[in-house]
Amino acid sequence: MIPTKTEWMDALIARHGRALHERFSAATVAICGLGGLGSNLAFALARAGIGRLVLIDFDRVDLTNLHRQQYQASQIGRYKAEALADNLLEIAPYLEIKAVTGRITEENFAALLQEADIVCEAFDDAEAKAMLVNGVLERLPDAYLVAASGMAGMGTPNTIRTRRITNRFYLCGDEVSDVADSMGLVAPRVMLCAAHQAHTVLRLLAGEYDV
Amino acid sequence: MVKVNGQELDIAGKTVSAYLATTDYDPKRIAVERNGDIVWKSQYDVTVLEDGDSVEIVSFVGGG
Repeated sequence: MIPTKTEWMDALIARHGRALHERFSAATVAICGLGGLGSNLAFALARAGIGRLVLIDFDRVDLTNLHRQQYQASQIGRYKAEALADNLLEIAPYLEIKAVTGRITEENFAALLQEADIVCEAFDDAEAKAMLVNGVLERLPDAYLVAASGMAGMGTPNTIRTRRITNRFYLCGDEVSDVADSMGLVAPRVMLCAAHQAHTVLRLLAGEYDV
Repeated sequence: MVKVNGQELDIAGKTVSAYLATTDYDPKRIAVERNGDIVWKSQYDVTVLEDGDSVEIVSFVGGG
C-alpha cells in the first residue's frame, strides 16, 4: 500500500523542514545523460523530494552499464530515460518526470532545458560535456549548471570535489581522471561525483551558493 | 599580465583564440571563464585579453 501524497510530503517535511521541502518540491531539475552520473544523481534528487525531473538520454540500457548505473537486469535493451523513470517512481511515487529519449544537440538543448531551474551535465563524452556547458551558459541565462569532469579509475576518492567556476557554473570531479587513460569507471567513485552534483543542486535550491 | 589557471602570463593584447593556439588545449573540450563570466565560443576570435584579467580554462575529460 503506497502512502498518500499528503503522507509522503509530511514525511519529507519532517526530515527537511517545511522551508527546504517547499524549495525542493517546487524545483525542476534537468539531467542530461543517464549513465553512472545521471542515474545516481537522479536517485538522490528523487529521494530528496525534488518536484520535477527532466531525464534525457538517447541510449538504451546495456549489460556493460549495470556495474555502476541504477538499472536492473530485466531492463536491458530499454531506453534509459524510460527505465530510470520507472525506477524513480518506485522510490518517489509523486515525482513528476519528463522522460526524453532523443539525443541532446547544439540545436535542441535550449528548447529541451528551458523549463529547468538547474541543469545537470552528466554526459560521458568530453566534447559533449563542453558543448552543453558552453551552450547552457551562453543561451540559458537564468539556469544554474552543475557539471562533472574526472571521476574514472581506482584513484583516491578524496580528490573528487566541487568548484564554483562562475556565479552559475559549478564543476564536480577531480578534473583529470579521463576514462580514456584508466581502467574505466568504478561505481563508488562515479557515485561520489554524482553525489557532489546532487548535493550541489540541493544547496543551490536552499540558497547556499558557496562550495 | 594575465592570470591563467593561477599562473601569471605575458599574453595581454592577444585574443583568446590566439592564446589557445599556443597551448595544447583541445578547443572542442574546453570552457573559458574570464573575470567571472564565460567567454562565448563565438567570441574567442574577438575577445582581447587585458592586463589584470583573470582567466580559467576548464578542460573536460571523459567519463560519466
